[in-house]
Amino acid sequence: MSEYIKSPENKVYSKPRLLNDKHMHYCPGCSHGVVHKLVAEVIEEMGLEHEAIGIAPVGCAVFAYSYLDIDWIEAAHGRAPAVATACKRLDPSRLVFTYQGDGDLAAIGTAETIHAANRGENIAIIFINNAIYGMTGGQMAPTTLEGMVTATTPYGRRVDLNGYPLKITNLLAQLPGTCLVTRQAVHTPAAVRKAKASIKEAFRNSMEGRGTSIVEIVSTCNSGWKMSPAKANQWMVDNMFPEYPLGDLKNTAKQ
Amino acid sequence: MKEEVKLMKGNEAIAHAAVRYGVDGYFGYPITPQSEVLETLEALMPWETTGMVVLQAESEVSSINMVYGGAAMGKAVMTSSSSPGISLMQEGMSYIAAGELPALVVNVMRGGPGLGTIHPSQSDYFQATRGGGHGDYHFIVLAPATVQEMADFVALGFDLAFKYRTPAMILADGIVGQMMEKVVLPPQRPRRTAAEIAEQCPWAVTGRPEGRAPNIATTLELDSAVMEKNNERFQRTYAEIEKAEVRYQEYFTDDADYLMVAFGSVARICLKAIEDARSQGIKIGLLRPITLWPFPYKEISRLAEKVKGMLVVELNAGQMIQDVRLATEGRVPVYHFGRMGGIVPDPQQVLESFMAHFPEASNNSI
Repeated sequence: MSEYIKSPENKVYSKPRLLNDKHMHYCPGCSHGVVHKLVAEVIEEMGLEHEAIGIAPVGCAVFAYSYLDIDWIEAAHGRAPAVATACKRLDPSRLVFTYQGDGDLAAIGTAETIHAANRGENIAIIFINNAIYGMTGGQMAPTTLEGMVTATTPYGRRVDLNGYPLKITNLLAQLPGTCLVTRQAVHTPAAVRKAKASIKEAFRNSMEGRGTSIVEIVSTCNSGWKMSPAKANQWMVDNMFPEYPLGDLKNTAKQ
Repeated sequence: MKEEVKLMKGNEAIAHAAVRYGVDGYFGYPITPQSEVLETLEALMPWETTGMVVLQAESEVSSINMVYGGAAMGKAVMTSSSSPGISLMQEGMSYIAAGELPALVVNVMRGGPGLGTIHPSQSDYFQATRGGGHGDYHFIVLAPATVQEMADFVALGFDLAFKYRTPAMILADGIVGQMMEKVVLPPQRPRRTAAEIAEQCPWAVTGRPEGRAPNIATTLELDSAVMEKNNERFQRTYAEIEKAEVRYQEYFTDDADYLMVAFGSVARICLKAIEDARSQGIKIGLLRPITLWPFPYKEISRLAEKVKGMLVVELNAGQMIQDVRLATEGRVPVYHFGRMGGIVPDPQQVLESFMAHFPEASNNSI
């Protein structure tokens, strides 16, 4: 590629080396691609590519291991924090992180999530919250908003039938085992930079043994939401952010 | 630590043997009648000596997935539980088998179904020998009959698991877990170093060193043609194991007119019944399968040519008898005697059952 760059001195951006050239299966407009890139950039910038062990979930990010050239374990649905617990304990010198969606982390894997965080496992959890099950075709997630239409709530989520949107990150912030609990997004360049800084801090916490870090990324699923990418971003700002406000819920380094 | 002779419970022997084998990690959840495994490990504090990780997980589901993670790293990792907890682990067992990962799972069986009882049973035979979870897979199943075998099978289980890259299970009953016997504990082996793991387990997820392609532990393959190839590879491994790893013990089979088949502690009860029968001139032999999978079909088939009938004695409603019947192919009558729900028969009852099924045995005896 470099021969096509006429003035390398003016180059301001490169794709992270760890992000390979495989075609991603993510839908255009989906937040996963951006977050994958951030994870790759952070690992590279921290010089941790030989230490990194990623734990992939079940859900849209099940193939995360295909796109980042580090060692990976693909966990059973919801069990990524248990897998990560063992990896980090068996080799504390490694950067161990999970990458999970809302169904994986906040429904089937709630016990593993809460107990790993409560033990203060020195792992980082990247939590994609797009309020829907993307992989299986747009069913209700624990984080689905009240009134939100999904394949399994065709008339909108009713709290009397389906319960309330689960703010699991708020729960995790209550646990003494967590050191960083933050909610970010990747819908604007400014948000992307903030999200990246949070991921970096989470990974640093894992390496320094400070406890469990959770970086929730409030995300879009434009296919599942049945909107254009641009509309999905706006819908997220208007509807998701009031329910899931961005910012640090807890950061012990800043207290 | 040198070799030592101790008096202890089977469950305790497993814990001691694990530390001495150089196990890297144990992840478990309390359940009767096997909680002494975790309790003993916590008391031994091996993280202070060998560096072994011991962790009480929040559930059996979590335990087995911790084992999956450790196994993917090429570490020697294990868990233990009892029947209901083992049921919870079946999804994880399927993943470990599909991931072609070595691991050791101990099931100290209690009576079921459901929450059942805390008393001894062998009613998880089907679950253990048929895979237990979803998909076509097996794991190696070792059935200890003594506290010594509880200790020995930790090393054997791990050795086989790493040799074939498949999980192994120690399928013990509550009797052998809870009873105390003399046991010779092996000397301490060092845990494997990172360099040894990298050399022996080139597939291990360790963090990708410079120049190596990423190692990925996954059981997902959406291309059916590739998934069938994967299955064919699993089946080839199972065929190799069936060929090379059948283990069993025979007692008094040289001159036997009849055969009892039993595993675990029940084999010892049968042995006493057989001694009593032989004192009355009734020649019964015993075959005790040590590996339940792979099962000693050939040996039982060979004995079917010699004996007039077989009695399969189990702490269940009749599970291993199906394998014995597959081995005998209808050549001799095969009957079952089983107690359920945590009841353990005494040798007298075993012999009475035998005489009820084979009344002609006493006529021939004088």
